[in-house]
Amino acid sequence: MDYKRLGLVAGIEIHQQLNTREKLFCRCPTHLRPFEEHNGEFFRYLRATESELGEIDRAAREEMKNLRKFLYYTYDSTCLVENDEEPPAPLNPEALTVCLQIAKMCGMTPIPQVHTMRKLVIDGSNTSGFQRTALVAVNGTLPNGGAIETICLEEEAAQRVKGDVFSLDRLGIPLVEITTSPCMHSPEEVQEIAEYLGMVLRSTGKVKRGLGTIRQDVNISIREGARVEIKGVQDLDLIAEVVRREVQRQERLLSIRQRLTERGASVSRTPHDVTALFSHSGSKILKKAPRVMAVTLAGFAGLVGEEIQNGRRLGSELSDYAKKCGVGGIFHTDELPAYGMTEDEVSALRAEVGAGEADCIVLVAGDMHQAECACQQVILRAELALKGVPEETRKMLEGGSTSYMRPLPGAARMYPETDVFPVTVTSECWEAIPRVELLNAKAERFSREHGLDTAVARQMAYSEHVLLFERAVDLGIAPTLAARTLIATLKEISREGLDINPLVADHDHCGNPIIPEVLQVLLGVKKARVGKEAIPDVLRRIIRGESSESAMQSVESTAEGADLEALAKRIVRERMSFVKEKGMGALGPLMGVMMKEVRGAVDGRKVSQVLKAALSDALGEK
Amino acid sequence: MSEFLSGDLVRCVVGGSELKGTYITSRDGMAVLKVDSGYNIGVFPGDCTLIERPAPMKPAREEVIQDPSLPVLSIVSTGGTIASRIDYRTGAVTSQFDASDILRAIPGMSAIARYRTRKLYTILSENMTPSIWQELARAVYEEIQGGARGVIVTHGTDTMAYSAAALSFMLETPVPVVFVGSQRSADRPSSDNVMNALCSASVAVGDLGEVAVVMHGTTSDDRCAIHRGTRVRKMHTSRRDAFQSIGIPPLGYVDYPSLKVTLSPGTAVRGACEPALHDRLEPACGLLYFSPGMSPDILNAYAGFKGVVIAGSGLGHVSTSLIPAIRELIDQGTLVVMTSQCLNGRVCDRVYDTGRDLIRAGVVEGEDMLPETALVKLMWVLGNEPDSEKARRMMHENLKGEYTRRSLHGL
Ligand SMILES: [Zn+2]
Repeated sequence: MDYKRLGLVAGIEIHQQLNTREKLFCRCPTHLRPFEEHNGEFFRYLRATESELGEIDRAAREEMKNLRKFLYYTYDSTCLVENDEEPPAPLNPEALTVCLQIAKMCGMTPIPQVHTMRKLVIDGSNTSGFQRTALVAVNGTLPNGGAIETICLEEEAAQRVKGDVFSLDRLGIPLVEITTSPCMHSPEEVQEIAEYLGMVLRSTGKVKRGLGTIRQDVNISIREGARVEIKGVQDLDLIAEVVRREVQRQERLLSIRQRLTERGASVSRTPHDVTALFSHSGSKILKKAPRVMAVTLAGFAGLVGEEIQNGRRLGSELSDYAKKCGVGGIFHTDELPAYGMTEDEVSALRAEVGAGEADCIVLVAGDMHQAECACQQVILRAELALKGVPEETRKMLEGGSTSYMRPLPGAARMYPETDVFPVTVTSECWEAIPRVELLNAKAERFSREHGLDTAVARQMAYSEHVLLFERAVDLGIAPTLAARTLIATLKEISREGLDINPLVADHDHCGNPIIPEVLQVLLGVKKARVGKEAIPDVLRRIIRGESSESAMQSVESTAEGADLEALAKRIVRERMSFVKEKGMGALGPLMGVMMKEVRGAVDGRKVSQVLKAALSDALGEK
Repeated sequence: MSEFLSGDLVRCVVGGSELKGTYITSRDGMAVLKVDSGYNIGVFPGDCTLIERPAPMKPAREEVIQDPSLPVLSIVSTGGTIASRIDYRTGAVTSQFDASDILRAIPGMSAIARYRTRKLYTILSENMTPSIWQELARAVYEEIQGGARGVIVTHGTDTMAYSAAALSFMLETPVPVVFVGSQRSADRPSSDNVMNALCSASVAVGDLGEVAVVMHGTTSDDRCAIHRGTRVRKMHTSRRDAFQSIGIPPLGYVDYPSLKVTLSPGTAVRGACEPALHDRLEPACGLLYFSPGMSPDILNAYAGFKGVVIAGSGLGHVSTSLIPAIRELIDQGTLVVMTSQCLNGRVCDRVYDTGRDLIRAGVVEGEDMLPETALVKLMWVLGNEPDSEKARRMMHENLKGEYTRRSLHGL
């Protein structure tokens, strides 16, 4: 597809959770909890407040269509700030530092005094009804020549458990939001920039990892289309596909508009009550519904059922809008008769509302209030089809298609968080922020300086244990051994279902810095206290609660000093005929036997030394 | 700095970048701008230049038509906010006091009653004074005389319990006088203001006939509790359910969102008395919080006061070393009342020696009165009863439900 000709313009917003010790505006830890561990619940209603122009923000108004009750789960790791029952603590300085570091890496300009704002969000994901957010720096550069407009520091929203139930463990985790300019012109370019920014973020070593810790929103428009914001693309590999499908959707909507115009199509603003028509219908939904109403879309026949994106039709869009009123969806004549409805019922419907074959009729079913509300929504969306592509916020579905969430939020939905003092970023403070090496540069250096294979170097640089690796190298541990242990061995052990945290922790229980246990073990290998082969065994012992010291001792003592010599002598004696036959050539095969006996707990060089001595003794005796 | 006015469009250079925004204010020597994305930023005023000064926008306001078939409630505001409006252009949050503004902000209010509003003060409740309590009592009395079916008093929460107690003593009311406020600011979509306001209006049109506080009953938006003005206390700095009845169960509850009001038996009911105002208070009274090792100088400083309430330890004690100073105060004509820092339970100075010494010195046992209520009552009693012996006896009488003769199980 020729994206240039279509006039594709795209920008991205990346949201990345930071791995700080405490949350952004309270002193709670930043880790997530299994829902079943929640220790309390409470519920609230949220309402948009009136703004100066007597208007409620249009996104907020959309959410207010129903008075919604939100239930929240609390934990022993959350506090009254998450409950919106206590004023916020000062802005977390650790989070601000990380955010400034990212800004610096992107060549951005910091804001001299950072002000925390309240951004209206009343979908229940914030107990207060707003998200605290602060603009920290502006105007950065991207490798494609485009610009990063802003970087903001904000609080993460609560996680949806189901429906209107939210879990407060995630609320308040620091989040950086990077917004690029609309500077991308192909799906692949969007993907590349997203990957680049992801790499920059990870280079700080201070971001959370794993599913859901990074989310990207993509803004897409094509010529004559409209700006559409697609929320929550979690899988980086899907970004390009999301862009492709949105371009396709906007193109098809424009094509539908053209045909509607040619046909002189129109939307009837007066819905018909057709409840009686379906009182004996084979469709259970229509039969049971207290109210069934019909909207006539004149000249729409065939187009409502036309596919505009994989698995999505214009009808799906009408249905998304209708669902905001609490109905399950819509029926339309492009797909009827079906769902238990007969040909006769469809004909009767057409006759009842006075619609012809060129028209499409949309049915909604629910209680009186729901049905009337849903009709208005269908009329609204159908009229938008006559104009082309509506500006919308959409959410990603599995595979990369999208569904309608709400209108694009208006710009003016922020006011100051007066409970948080502004933070001044002095030039001294900005200068003092260390520039961090990018991970791609790091990978290149690992292979150059430490002789790591290119693939291993990259894997090591992008690994969450990269800091451990650098520390290991500083301690004089062989880089290849360190890399293999930190990548392969730790992965192996965690696959066994063991928790590797005790191995990599760099602080003790009191928060004092320590040399992580895994490095202690590697140091033991360096000093030839334990063999490389014993590393997994020693690490497992540490996870089970032993200290690195005692774990190394216990594998050591199985074959230490005199024991080792005795073992070598026994092995030689038991295989005397073989030894006589091979002479010193028996060393190799006997090494294998010996290593098996000591279960790798002794360094191979030492074993070989002892065995060689025992062999030459035995051969000399002869 | 003074060259910019709020609302000015300005250009600002930050590092190498140029930003445009609306000038909001100055703070700590920095100019606060609101940029197009809605964010506020603080920049150096010297880096800003004026682009233009737009004409100020007048907010469009429409009057809300009230339903003439509904009863009239009066809303007297002292500073507590039950409605607010946000100007997203400047970020300013303003409290709303006008009936139309309140009805627009809280649409559900219009289904309960018609409203007339009276803005008495706009102050933080920690700046309340006994003379403002008196003005408030007069204003509420006038509203009752003026035919209000009930009166709602909006009030900051910090000292709401004092004001509620003060009005309890100063007013005889045949209609509900309901104090209401919010613990979480009215600008936030989660604010308790809407539910508290709707519940207080429901109580104000209902069967209650006394002064009460209506605030969240739990941290959830499930119901408001109705507390007696003389038995209520703010028991948390920030939670929605900070207000609790101490020593008695709440007078009732208002379910939300149904707004169904349930009153307990024993509640004063509408129409049980004629309206009356007894608005004299003796301001020379104090409340002293005892602590171990406290210097008698502190008590001596109360010399000349007409009354002192002591929040003592446990059953109502102070250290033996303070007793001479207390005796001296009483001998000089100060009425001294003992209450307890425990808040829950009854004072009894007949169990231990220090207590018996206090009684011998002439201290009045404050029974199970809350220290703050005892103070307000003392002001009222001393303001209305010149005879000191009678005043002493009145401190022992239950005037407005401020003390109970029996301590009930479970409270
Ligand atoms: Zn917290």
